[in-house]
Amino acid sequence: MKVAVQTIITPVVMVLLYLLVFSSVLFEHVEVYKGVSYTAFLIPGLIMMTVLQNPFANNSSSIFQSKLNGNIVFMLLAPLSNLEIYIAYTAAGIVRGILVGIGAWGISCCFTVIPIYNIWVVSGFIVLGSGILGSFGMISAICAEKWDHIAAFQNFIVMPLSFLSGSFYSIKILPEFWQKVSMFNPFFYMIDGFRYGFLGHSDNPVLISLFIVAGFFIIVSSLNLWLLHTGYKLRT
Amino acid sequence: MIPAVSILHTYKSFGSEQALIDIDFEIEDGSFFGLLGPNGAGKSTIINIMAGLTRADKGEVKVMGNDVWRHWRKTRRSLGVVPQELAYDWFFSAREMLRLQSGYFGYGRSRYKWVDELLEKLGLIEKADESLYHLSGGMKRRVMIAQALVHKPRIVVLDEPTAGVDVELRKVLWEFVKQLHKKGHTILLTTHYLEEAEALCDKIAILDNGKLIAHDTTEALLGRYPFRLLHLKLKEESCDLPEQIQEKAVSFEKNNLVLRIHRERDHIADILDMLNSAGIRFRDLRTEEPGLEEVFIALTGKNND
Repeated sequence: MKVAVQTIITPVVMVLLYLLVFSSVLFEHVEVYKGVSYTAFLIPGLIMMTVLQNPFANNSSSIFQSKLNGNIVFMLLAPLSNLEIYIAYTAAGIVRGILVGIGAWGISCCFTVIPIYNIWVVSGFIVLGSGILGSFGMISAICAEKWDHIAAFQNFIVMPLSFLSGSFYSIKILPEFWQKVSMFNPFFYMIDGFRYGFLGHSDNPVLISLFIVAGFFIIVSSLNLWLLHTGYKLRT
Repeated sequence: MIPAVSILHTYKSFGSEQALIDIDFEIEDGSFFGLLGPNGAGKSTIINIMAGLTRADKGEVKVMGNDVWRHWRKTRRSLGVVPQELAYDWFFSAREMLRLQSGYFGYGRSRYKWVDELLEKLGLIEKADESLYHLSGGMKRRVMIAQALVHKPRIVVLDEPTAGVDVELRKVLWEFVKQLHKKGHTILLTTHYLEEAEALCDKIAILDNGKLIAHDTTEALLGRYPFRLLHLKLKEESCDLPEQIQEKAVSFEKNNLVLRIHRERDHIADILDMLNSAGIRFRDLRTEEPGLEEVFIALTGKNND
């Protein structure tokens, strides 16, 4: 693994910092679900938030760097279909998401060990979530013409949506208007569903979250494949 | 016999700019083919269409009898393209890059031995495990050539492979490409170095402003140019040349006079008589056949830069 510090260790350290700050400050003051400590509530949200940010970074930087260097041409010259290219990059994003998730969960065990309520739910949301953001990373890199564009995607779309998705709080404590706004944030369903896999509690029924996340995965994947098919900014 | 490449009545435009206008020619299997033309003539556009990086607006392009869009997997397997610009991923070493590249074509460990052979043949074996970032420009270019050959393609396309390369490396690359050709690969070479095309190619196509203006064997193209040069070493360093001789003079420096003479209209004996009548004596003479440079300028009216 060539850049493990940047790709795995750094995000895990970020989770540690968030846990140190937020759980220390709010541990005794907030109980979101009855019988569930704030730290226990926070951990799945933090893990998933970190998982979602990393596949995006992985695929966007990988493809965009290749475009800048010019060596993307060697991939485009190969007998690879658009579907094969899409699957390869999405799988790479999912692998990074899973590795980061395992690392983040490992570090969180220093604070509290949360038993997994449903491993299939945890796995399903981590795979779908990583797949969506990995695919989104591909789209941003294909469309981008400079690093500023990638940064804009990351800082003005991915980060705000992941922070305002119920990672640190239950959306039920928000005013009704903002609760409804949160329902339009696809990240909310990924994090809420993932949290259900650990705690057995969620703000939204888990099957609805799964349906919405799966649907969003299909939409983003279709857009990605359409871009590859048209050759937009890759072939002329 | 199926041609290696056939380009049939192909057009391509980028916005209002016509990059290719009714390009129609074939490249025989096993040949060493040169594609020449000034900057912007359409050479790279043709290569990009063959490789599937660009789509033609009209026409048909086939590689080994397979349409480049309908049978893209077969055509891309048949082609090994060395792009003009230096392109590399500094995350990887040369060996890693070649293994990754062979992976794109579905080859795994079975190709590692061939990868090492390529590294050896291209003089990269000692630097095989160093990051591409640390290699010299010439070495990076050799890695690109290796990347194009990793899947053993039938047709090797080299887009200005010796641009910006020193004389020694150019010779090494020429020898390597000749060896490839001897082994049966079809070579398509685009180059600005006309002496390179003259030395290596058996057939040449010349493009200008998107049109095909010549397509013939190298010998026939050279034969089309009706002039040749007559070099004379005069006894005096300066003298008044007769008007008829002045019209044909290309250069006159010190006592070296170079004349451009028509193969049929001008006879060397008549020219020597004219000089003799003017009291001009010479010590030595020789003729020089035209190079591709002269043919190119005559056809396009441009210097090749």
